[in-house]
Amino acid sequence: MTEQGFEAEGLVKAFGKVTALDGVSLAAPRGQVLGVLGPNGAGKTTVIRILATLLRPDGGRASVAGYDVTRQPGQVRRRIALSGQHASVDEELTGRANLVMIGRLLDLTHPQAARRAGELLARFGLEDAAKRPVAGYSGGMRRRLDLAASLVGRPEVVFLDEPSVGLDPGKRDELWQMIRGLSADGVTVLLTTQYLEEADALADAIAVIDHGRVIASGTPAELKSQVGGHTIAVRPNDPADAEATTAILADVAGRAPERSTRHELAVPVTGDEALFEIAARLREQRIGVSELSLRLPSLDEVFLALTGAPATAADNTPEPTKAAS
Amino acid sequence: MTTVAPATLPTTEQPRTRPLAWFRHSLVLAGRSLAKTTRNPGPIVNGVITPALFMVLFAYLFGGSVAGSTADYLQYLFPGILVMGAGLAGMVSTGSSINLDLKNGVTDRFRSLPISRIAPLLGSVLADLVRYLLAVAILFAIGALLGFRIQGGLADAVAAAGLAILFGFCLSWVMVFVGVLVRSAEFVLAISFITFLPLQLGSSLAAPVETLPGWLRAWAEINPVTQVMDACRALLNGAPAGDAVATTLIWCAALFVVFCPLAVRAYGRQQ
Repeated sequence: MTEQGFEAEGLVKAFGKVTALDGVSLAAPRGQVLGVLGPNGAGKTTVIRILATLLRPDGGRASVAGYDVTRQPGQVRRRIALSGQHASVDEELTGRANLVMIGRLLDLTHPQAARRAGELLARFGLEDAAKRPVAGYSGGMRRRLDLAASLVGRPEVVFLDEPSVGLDPGKRDELWQMIRGLSADGVTVLLTTQYLEEADALADAIAVIDHGRVIASGTPAELKSQVGGHTIAVRPNDPADAEATTAILADVAGRAPERSTRHELAVPVTGDEALFEIAARLREQRIGVSELSLRLPSLDEVFLALTGAPATAADNTPEPTKAAS
Repeated sequence: MTTVAPATLPTTEQPRTRPLAWFRHSLVLAGRSLAKTTRNPGPIVNGVITPALFMVLFAYLFGGSVAGSTADYLQYLFPGILVMGAGLAGMVSTGSSINLDLKNGVTDRFRSLPISRIAPLLGSVLADLVRYLLAVAILFAIGALLGFRIQGGLADAVAAAGLAILFGFCLSWVMVFVGVLVRSAEFVLAISFITFLPLQLGSSLAAPVETLPGWLRAWAEINPVTQVMDACRALLNGAPAGDAVATTLIWCAALFVVFCPLAVRAYGRQQ
């Protein structure tokens, strides 16, 4: 038995003249969740497609569940599942029929496939919709069905390409819970995302990828300290208190806050004590606040901290998922 | 024991799958394609309505002048219509449905499953076979209603239907190949309609090739559809059909041998 869920070393891939991957190395031990964070065109999908045996790398090597993706693709395919950016389920078929079909393709007998479909429909809260064609499903239901479809074969490694794209926040939380359930079952997960918040919520480790290269990696805590921890935002009740609030924030954080919106002041902080200190001083001076929050840096702020430039989508990079050939 | 599966899988694979797995998977995916057809019957309707319209149109417009009477002309026209129906039912469905699968990510799921690369394609083409069968049966019924009568024996009639369906099956692989290569489903449909006209109408469908003007005759004589139509016409009218049947079979084999591997290779290719 191998200890690695998956492992990639120096992956290189070019589409024509565009270099999509320029030596990407990443790995996750069995049962862990690796979040791959990056803007559009950074190479996230290309990494997934190579690990899922859909693309052949130009250079480097990769193995999944101990099997080489180019030399033993069949072995890899028996152990993985892929859930792409588009929910790849059949609109015309019912939710149940979609799952049974995948089961049949995985060599389950019809009763086995039906039983497995029933289990997954229950687990993903789709029992009521099981007999309806997917065409009538909401975006959240499709996503859940897509995830369920990827689990029919009890994969050891699951690749999720931007799983929460297009979901409203409530549905996203629901999906997150289901993804956490996967890793609780011992499944290794690779998840791509454009949101540090999502990677932070789900991943044991994060790799930040930009222009086909890993520019930072580590646990969410390590990465957050690297990019400057949190941002505190305060909105005083009375706009007249803005000046006093600014003084408090500047004093505690050691730098001048910015007006992030018309009445909101925001300042990056390191360490957890800053919030309590600021709250205490606001109370001392009897400044009422309508909003006081501690939030993670956005992807832009992460990239600003890591590269000195904001995240930019590499517009000329082809979108490999849409390439037919 | 190894599976009879595609060359893309290394032979070191452990045979967890039973033999003929690729065929069982193809059947599962054929079921998928048919289930989709019952919800979206456009292609099959197209495969029946278009030839049926041509049949009615030609029979009543030209029947009198070409063959002296509608009934006589129908005896000539119907076999060609049958071939058109079998060809069309697949031409308009397989290519575009495979193309759609490629675009919306379903293909990525199939390709990441431990199934043979040929299964999704063969599944779609096998489902087409059922569609041809249906189209051919409905066309026979309409033809009989209009006054077409089988002159040869029952075995000959079955052979004619089988020949039309076999040709449709082999022609499907051309469209599968196009569907894998081309970027949009609209483009696939455009190609199938553009090729439909010269292929199906530039043939012996409406009149014997000897009566066509020189340039059209030259095309119609090398057009494989002419051979299939001639073969079916001879079989259904109780005439000797030997040469045409043999030529048809050669054409079918050639189309299949060239385009099936091309399509599977293009589909299974890792970029």
